[in-house]
Amino acid sequence: MNLDFSPEDAAFREEVRRFIADNYPASLRGKQDEGEELAKEDYLSWHRVLAKKGWVAPAWPTEYGGPGWTSTQRYIWSEELARADAIPILPFGINMVGPVIYTFGTPEQKQRFLPPTLSGDIWWCQGYSEPGAGSDLASLKTKAERIQGDDGKEYYLVNGQKTWTTLAQHADWIFCLVRTNPTAKIQEGISFLLIDMKSPGITVRPIITLGGEHEVNEVWLENVKVPVENRIFEENKGWTCAKFLLAHERSGIAGVARSKRGIERIKSIATVESEDGRPLIQDPFFARKVAELEIDLTALEFTELRVLASESAGRGPGPESSLLKIKGTEIQQRITELVLEAAGHYGAPYFRGFPTDGHNMFPIGPDYAHRAAPTYFNGRKTSIYGGSNEIQRNIIAKMVLGL
Amino acid sequence: MDFNFSEEQSMLRDTVASFLRDRYDFDTRRAITRSEAGWRPDYWKAFAEELGILAAPFAEEHGGLGGGPIENMIVMEEFGKHLVVEPYLGTVVIGGGFLKHSGAPIAGEVIGRIIGGEAVLAFAYAEPTGRYNLADLSTTAKKDGEGWVVNGHKAVVVGGPWATHLIVTARTSGGQRDRQGVSVFLVEKNTPGVTTRDYPTVDGARASEVAFENVRVGPEALLGPADQGLPLVEQVVDEAIAALCAEAVGCMRKLHEGTLDYARQRKQFGVPIATFQVLQHRMVDMFMNLEQSVSMTYMATLKLDEPAEERAKAASAAKVQIGKAARFVGQSAIQIHGGMGMTDELAIGHYFKRTTIIEQAFGGVDHHLRRYEMLTLPQAA
Ligand SMILES: Cc1cc2nc3c(=O)[nH]c(=O)nc-3n(C[C@H](O)[C@H](O)[C@H](O)COP(=O)(O)OP(=O)(O)OC[C@H]3O[C@@H](n4cnc5c(N)ncnc54)[C@H](O)[C@@H]3O)c2cc1C
Repeated sequence: MNLDFSPEDAAFREEVRRFIADNYPASLRGKQDEGEELAKEDYLSWHRVLAKKGWVAPAWPTEYGGPGWTSTQRYIWSEELARADAIPILPFGINMVGPVIYTFGTPEQKQRFLPPTLSGDIWWCQGYSEPGAGSDLASLKTKAERIQGDDGKEYYLVNGQKTWTTLAQHADWIFCLVRTNPTAKIQEGISFLLIDMKSPGITVRPIITLGGEHEVNEVWLENVKVPVENRIFEENKGWTCAKFLLAHERSGIAGVARSKRGIERIKSIATVESEDGRPLIQDPFFARKVAELEIDLTALEFTELRVLASESAGRGPGPESSLLKIKGTEIQQRITELVLEAAGHYGAPYFRGFPTDGHNMFPIGPDYAHRAAPTYFNGRKTSIYGGSNEIQRNIIAKMVLGL
Repeated sequence: MDFNFSEEQSMLRDTVASFLRDRYDFDTRRAITRSEAGWRPDYWKAFAEELGILAAPFAEEHGGLGGGPIENMIVMEEFGKHLVVEPYLGTVVIGGGFLKHSGAPIAGEVIGRIIGGEAVLAFAYAEPTGRYNLADLSTTAKKDGEGWVVNGHKAVVVGGPWATHLIVTARTSGGQRDRQGVSVFLVEKNTPGVTTRDYPTVDGARASEVAFENVRVGPEALLGPADQGLPLVEQVVDEAIAALCAEAVGCMRKLHEGTLDYARQRKQFGVPIATFQVLQHRMVDMFMNLEQSVSMTYMATLKLDEPAEERAKAASAAKVQIGKAARFVGQSAIQIHGGMGMTDELAIGHYFKRTTIIEQAFGGVDHHLRRYEMLTLPQAA
């Protein structure tokens, strides 16, 4: 047991750090720190840079386009991304459906979908949740019936509604869980379908969230025809893919590197803000909260490293990833709380659709305060999505503790 | 000891509650916050003329109804339940508080205009730096013949866009954070040299940055003693804190009630989510937080007329309780609503946003814990 990075690891860190410094799009600088909402092109510009370099999917096997990094290298990579304040790579293609396709897909499906997923030519969204099926995902009702098309080919006719679909407004394709057997036990009648968002019968309606963002949507599917070859894995075995994907979704969710960056940011804000003539960071109350947060993050970091080590020893992400999800999101939320506290009075102004510059006489508070409140509001989602933190505790109780 | 409301006080609550029930539902409120003006001057007029609530805490000699802190508490709690944005706090509680307690010669006249709904006040105390220290002032007022000249920048003046008058704290002598040398002025917003930049706030209100550039005011603008205004500021801020606690209680009642309703009706795994014990316990904790907050709001409100130290201790204690409760109750309400809690369409999120802002207003939990400690712990020699 040791904590040392090998000389190769150190060289690797140098290499990726330099690459990020040289290639991160100038137009994106600062956007992540300030919690700015990102446009489609923002996401894609960085995605394409990484795709070209072959680094966009660090966890993928090399045969499908992964860089073949060790888990230590992947860890270094995520640290360097966070350190550089780089925007995240969207998880839907790279962390979610990609692994499902290369694990369960046919050779044709792999060939058809993996390259454009890597390149960014397909923007995926996740069609799991429904109005009546959130935590109880397996009760989903969107139904898919086999029909014969006029062209003589076999199709699924899909009808139903998905909701909370993140960034569906930008998506080219949606991966959906649908019910193909209404009479089987609920987990046994589900299939995993890939659906072209341009298909007739799909309507996307925005849902505006607490900070004023348009981040999630309702996706309505009305008599949408989906070729049978767009089904991944066997009919009625979609739940296997779904569970596999959820475990992958959760393992990325700890966000340790990003939270480290978040804590650094709190410290720098609290050095500028001052009360009673001394910097906020010297206020013992505030300093104590930052220290506690940092210690909790260290505990999470070493837990994640232990989980990673056992994964690289051949075990896939197990129910321990629920622990990473719970602790990771709690820490992310506390970071947003502290930023808002540090912002003081200037946490209150709301800037959406409101010019913040070009008015030199009246700057409305410091930049770091501008999105402190919306970011705090928005951050409440992290304990709800990806399997709520209550559900994660249920999983640990059952799967880890055997209760 | 008696925790019952008098007949007049119960009537006041009923009057306010029934007005808001009829005319301030969530859709109306949303339309108000999205409108150009951001408030309803016609409602304000109705508060003055139809309900008479703008007179509630003022003495009869000023044309008021002879009430005080308890009346403010009642109005603010009802306002909290409906997320009312109209500036009762800034105008009646804070503006009215300064005028009443200062005994300034113009107090009677301005109070009359508040009661009539013509004068709308906003409290310009915060500055771009200095955070929640009320004495940390860069804004200055210099003696100029009989009157004063004000210079400075005030930050996040809540209700600024709607105000006819500003209550301005300024340094008239002493150093940046000295307790001595603070004075309070009433400045008409249309006085030459006052400029504002107005903007919305995350909780649906409006605020302004206000610049004072060689703003000349007469001797009558001074509220309370020159240089010795800080105790007055502290008194009125404590009154504002008690009123905000009451507003938070109104918000938390709605957060709690709305969450219970939702949990009873939302089904997952074939049963209402209210049957999950972990959620039940969380809703019980919300309830306990709410009850403790009601108690502390009463306590602080009833102690507003005690000697300064006792009053300050009570206000800070209440603000600590409400700050913690508001955060817990708000976050729990969102969590138990699941994805629905994240939408801007539901009222629940708007109560959460308002309680978030109340939590920080006039200083958050840390600030008031520190103040409470200073007031209560034996100081080492
Ligand atoms: C911002 C955001 C983005 C999202 N993006 C996507 C997306 O891209 N694609 C997608 O498919 N979904 C997405 N989701 C949906 C997300 O996965 C669901 O919100 C989540 O599964 C919870 O479901 P629900 O909202 O229906 O809440 P519910 O399941 O109704 O839960 C309500 C409350 O009850 C609790 N609860 C439920 N069951 C139990 C139990 N057995 N024991 C104890 N407590 C319980 C929950 O923890 C929660 O507190 C997103 C959600 C949000 C908020």
